[in-house]
Amino acid sequence: MKNFFGRAVIGFAASAVIAFAAAAADFTPVVLYDVGGKFDKSFNEAAHVGAEAFKKETGGEYRDFEPTNETQYEQALKRFARRNADLVIAVGVGYSVAVRKVAEEFPNVKFTIIDGNVDLPNVQSITFKENEGSFLVGMIAAMKTETGQIGFIGGMDIPLIRRFEEGYRQGANYVRSDLSFIENYVGTTASAWNDPIKAAELAKSQYARGVDIIFAAAGPSGLGVIQAAKDKDRLTIGVDSNQNHVAPGHVLTSMLKRVDLAVQAAMTDAKNGTWKAGHRVMGLAEGGVDYAVDENNAALITAEMKTRLDEARAKIVSGEIVVDDAEGANSAH
Amino acid sequence: MADARKLPFWVDNILLPTLNVLAAFLVSGIVIWALGNDPFEALSLLVQGAFGYQEAVGYTFYYATNFIFTGLAVSVAYHAGLFNIGGEGQAMLGGLGLTLGVFLVGGSSPLLAVIFGILGAALFGALWAFVPALLQAKRGAHIVITTIMFNFIASSLLAYLLVGPLKRPGGQMPESADFPDGVGLLQLHDLLGMVGIDYENSPMNISFLIALLCAAGVGFLLWRTRFGFELRVAGQNAGAARFAGVSVSRMTVMAMMLAGALAGMMGLNELLGEQHRLVNGFTQGAGFVGIAVAFMGRNKPVGIVLAAILFGALYQGGAELSFDMPDIQREAIVMIQGLVILFAGAMEHLFRTPVRNLYGRLVKKGAAA
Repeated sequence: MKNFFGRAVIGFAASAVIAFAAAAADFTPVVLYDVGGKFDKSFNEAAHVGAEAFKKETGGEYRDFEPTNETQYEQALKRFARRNADLVIAVGVGYSVAVRKVAEEFPNVKFTIIDGNVDLPNVQSITFKENEGSFLVGMIAAMKTETGQIGFIGGMDIPLIRRFEEGYRQGANYVRSDLSFIENYVGTTASAWNDPIKAAELAKSQYARGVDIIFAAAGPSGLGVIQAAKDKDRLTIGVDSNQNHVAPGHVLTSMLKRVDLAVQAAMTDAKNGTWKAGHRVMGLAEGGVDYAVDENNAALITAEMKTRLDEARAKIVSGEIVVDDAEGANSAH
Repeated sequence: MADARKLPFWVDNILLPTLNVLAAFLVSGIVIWALGNDPFEALSLLVQGAFGYQEAVGYTFYYATNFIFTGLAVSVAYHAGLFNIGGEGQAMLGGLGLTLGVFLVGGSSPLLAVIFGILGAALFGALWAFVPALLQAKRGAHIVITTIMFNFIASSLLAYLLVGPLKRPGGQMPESADFPDGVGLLQLHDLLGMVGIDYENSPMNISFLIALLCAAGVGFLLWRTRFGFELRVAGQNAGAARFAGVSVSRMTVMAMMLAGALAGMMGLNELLGEQHRLVNGFTQGAGFVGIAVAFMGRNKPVGIVLAAILFGALYQGGAELSFDMPDIQREAIVMIQGLVILFAGAMEHLFRTPVRNLYGRLVKKGAAA
């Protein structure tokens, strides 16, 4: 038996050496999604779109990996670091602790982390001012609501998602001060991102209590909120990617977070040798966040609303309006 | 089972498991083909990803270590006539005990911290199994139901502690603070490096050797000691055991605590060996895979080690397959692993009767000639 196994191992080893020698040494960055998965129509999909754009523009290849739970974050990072990947892009704040540990262990490997801030010489941290984009969609909700009640549903209850809520509230209050808010979070662990059923139930309960517009910052769970809006014929606001098309007429707008631009830029820079470690913040001024208008929601956003939004945007960019932030939203302790 | 005709060792322990795995691969291959990929290429990628190079072998054995612990945990209970579905929860609590043990000692003495961690893992795992065992022994509450329920309680408890009291200061994810510097198990490549052998960096660590020692220990305990004999008698015929003066309820509690301690030790590999902190959901279903491992390994220590290596290879090879064949999503990999568990665990007797009949006919023919 032992002999059989030994021989098998040697046989496989021999074939592997040949296969690996054949692999070319092209520049191949790696994208690691979070547990939401590549096609979540939201946060991770934006990263995927960015990687695809890199592929299309430069003709380069990339590899990606979808972990099934948060334990695999560190495993996946180490797996690629051990193989001296050209650039490892970790998508999501959940990766921050793992990136810090693995980047310390492999100082020669380049890492880019989205949403987390890791201060190491071989890590590029890209974070967004989600509160600024949320401010704008909060304004839209306040201008649109008929009941005077608006809702917020967050995925995992962490400071990063609290930041969406802060901006949303402040933006809504900027338009009118008599609004009432209801907020819910799907959960406290990473599984909260992947629970559209529970998110839909929370949304239905908010709608039943008189809310007519819900902003969902919950990754794939947000799809449950959109479904509830469709079922109950109410409105919702999408997040990260443009989700207006998911249920046309029921998605008022989407708070865009241009993870795609961040991922594409990191890959292209690394390929051209201009990749730099350090912290980069993408807010309204840098085009990192925005709200989405397309043919699916053009009828819902009036010209009058747009004028007010443009005014507010200019004030945020100039610094006249400073949008509140949640403490520790990008912390990587 | 009713048929007493005994199959030779190689048929029972090699041919039948191989047939089961081949059947699983056949079904997986059809699905992969239906998805528009070449099943043979997929299989070769899987095998190569599991055993093809040093790092892959390291990963395979790293995953296998988890399955040896949880497989033994199922097996020890099984020999006492108990179906322990609670390996997952026992492993989670073991991880909690390990973390508490490590932080109790702190970084001043890493060796002591590791020892306390190991003891904590075994102790908490055993205690988590103790309650269902006691309920079974004293009140007849079925161990299958109680251990399943205890998995849910364990998972909720761990999530609660990791977003509450045990949460890393300032952190956003449900995980504990890092273990103090130097608290961890020796990595295999470091160990081999000490004796001058160059081995690629992999997460395989000395907990694999601890797992092998545990397997040998379980073998010795069950088949070479009076305690083991009593335990197996209690499992095979409770009435006879009672008649012979063996306390069945005592055996139930002892077997389950031993099983819990073994499952709890899984944390040695995951937490002390690789992650160096307590992470929510670190067990990754290994407690359930342990059931398939135990049955595929015929509940014998050597069989369990081999079955654990097979499942380790599936985990590692499956991950590599999803890297190399992007069309094959993670769900497809889970499906392949599920099929192997289904064929090797749940339907292990699928080929037994036909093979036995065929073998019987061949033997008869041989005798007649």
